[in-house]
Amino acid sequence: MDQMIFAAEIFLNGLMTGVMYALVALGFVLIFKASGVFNYAQGVLALFAALTLVGIQQGQVPFAHMINAVFGTHVEHFGWTVPSVLAIILTGAVMVLLAFLIEKLVLQHLVGQAPIILFMATIGLAYFLEGLGDVMWGANIKNLDVGLPQGISESIEGVTANWFGYGFFIDRLDIWATVIAALLVAALVAFAQYTKQGRAMRAVADDHQAALSVGISLRFIWVMVWSIAGFVALVAGIMWGTKSGVQFSLSLIALKALPVLMLGGFTSIPGAIVGGLIIGVGEKLFEFFIGPMVGGATENWFAYVLALLFLVFRPQGLFGERIIERV
Amino acid sequence: MNQQTEITADGRQIGGTLMEMKNITLRFGGVEAIKNISFDIREGEIRAIIGPNGAGKSSMLNVISGFYVPQEGEIWFKGARRGPMKPYEVARLGIARTFQNIALFDGMTVLDNIMTGRLNRMRAGFLSQALWWGAAEREEIENRERVERVIDFLEIQNIRKTPVGRLPYGLKKRVELARALAAEPQILLLDEPMAGMNVEEKEDMSRFVLDVNDEFGTTIALIEHDMGVVMDLSDRVVVMDYGRKIGDGTPDEVRNNQEVIDAYLGVAHD
Repeated sequence: MDQMIFAAEIFLNGLMTGVMYALVALGFVLIFKASGVFNYAQGVLALFAALTLVGIQQGQVPFAHMINAVFGTHVEHFGWTVPSVLAIILTGAVMVLLAFLIEKLVLQHLVGQAPIILFMATIGLAYFLEGLGDVMWGANIKNLDVGLPQGISESIEGVTANWFGYGFFIDRLDIWATVIAALLVAALVAFAQYTKQGRAMRAVADDHQAALSVGISLRFIWVMVWSIAGFVALVAGIMWGTKSGVQFSLSLIALKALPVLMLGGFTSIPGAIVGGLIIGVGEKLFEFFIGPMVGGATENWFAYVLALLFLVFRPQGLFGERIIERV
Repeated sequence: MNQQTEITADGRQIGGTLMEMKNITLRFGGVEAIKNISFDIREGEIRAIIGPNGAGKSSMLNVISGFYVPQEGEIWFKGARRGPMKPYEVARLGIARTFQNIALFDGMTVLDNIMTGRLNRMRAGFLSQALWWGAAEREEIENRERVERVIDFLEIQNIRKTPVGRLPYGLKKRVELARALAAEPQILLLDEPMAGMNVEEKEDMSRFVLDVNDEFGTTIALIEHDMGVVMDLSDRVVVMDYGRKIGDGTPDEVRNNQEVIDAYLGVAHD
């Protein structure tokens, strides 16, 4: 009986970890859907967003190290702090600017190239952004606090203690992350299904020539899609940054998004969510039930093995489009 | 706009010059795909561009629709010179097209495909659209009405919810025409609308082209290499061969033009 209650607690926590994975996976799906490009830089985009947010919020001088080294000065901070909301809006603006530059400097020159070329370009982009983030804001681990509540949720602990005689430990940050992710997904789905720009985005994803012929500007759509991906990265960056500090290993969460995508399918927004939840819950429960039998630390590999099984038996994922090629 | 308005034998009205191509030359590297060609398209007419394979017909259509930018020459539209434009800008001017190899959004339903033709007519704000409220609702209803009319007109009611990828070739062609029509274009460009069709499908398509012109008053420029179809369909015909214009006039004039006869019968070029 006790074990079932523990499992229930782990299940809930797994769901919420899954939401965090899904947040990163969403960014991948968006760009993949609209341009057929697997954006390797999505994780770094989240890191860069988080770094920029902290930098703006704390009034850090960008490129401080470089400026100091060149001019022999000692500037570090502007001496002000920016309110969280304003800092988030400014960071959003930076992400839009970044999307614009990526289109202008990289994508525009690669129109009509094979997807593998674009994929390689995003690898380059990932390393460039990681370096840029380092030079701009410094490599130290930063604390990100935008006023999201953290710590154990006492009300849930109280309620569950009443019911089961055992209080569940649920982080309030995880609850908020879930709510915010749900809103984000609802907004994205409404956007893609019902707005003119969303329709245009789906059209571009399907056929470039046809999209042009009905009057859709490819450039506009690409800037828009990368801006949205940047925005999703910002949200993911805020959540992960608040949870575990803004550090460069943040860009590695992109690795966890891969199995999520293989499960959910690269082209499905709901797939990213369900995939994230399955991986989140799966790895936690697997660790709880099977972990002790095999010496633990299963969380490191569970997601990848599951993804591998999917690749063998259902390569398009749970919700992805079935790829049929006529010969 | 120098010509008089004319009434054709079957009672359609043909107005002044809507579009004029002046001395268009298009090169790909050293190859001249179009050599110094001029012609005009008048309001309300069905204008055909014909010629054997490789004559430069498709290149011409791509020039009109902005997919290619000619090295020399001028394009005039509604009495004003059109600068170099991107294809999507041309589409926004009111010039819709179809493709020889069909370019549809395979993942979307027939209805959604046709709705994309209305994208440029949607003005409502972004939030209003996402929340389905105010101006967006009115607009969507208006757009749907036009789209439904096109669907009725082309007799594709029964497949409106079918994903386009599953349709047979002939129907795909019709959906593509529907999408172009939904945009209420001032000029409709059709790139080989009958290519690859059987006789029955060709007859259907011919009828649709004529009806579109008649009922919506749409100016149509079409490319075709099947002489028979074109001659019955069009008001005036431009004939191209090896990138040059070798004939221009009514179907009867063109039919009796010696150069055109040579090109089609395959007289050796020197």
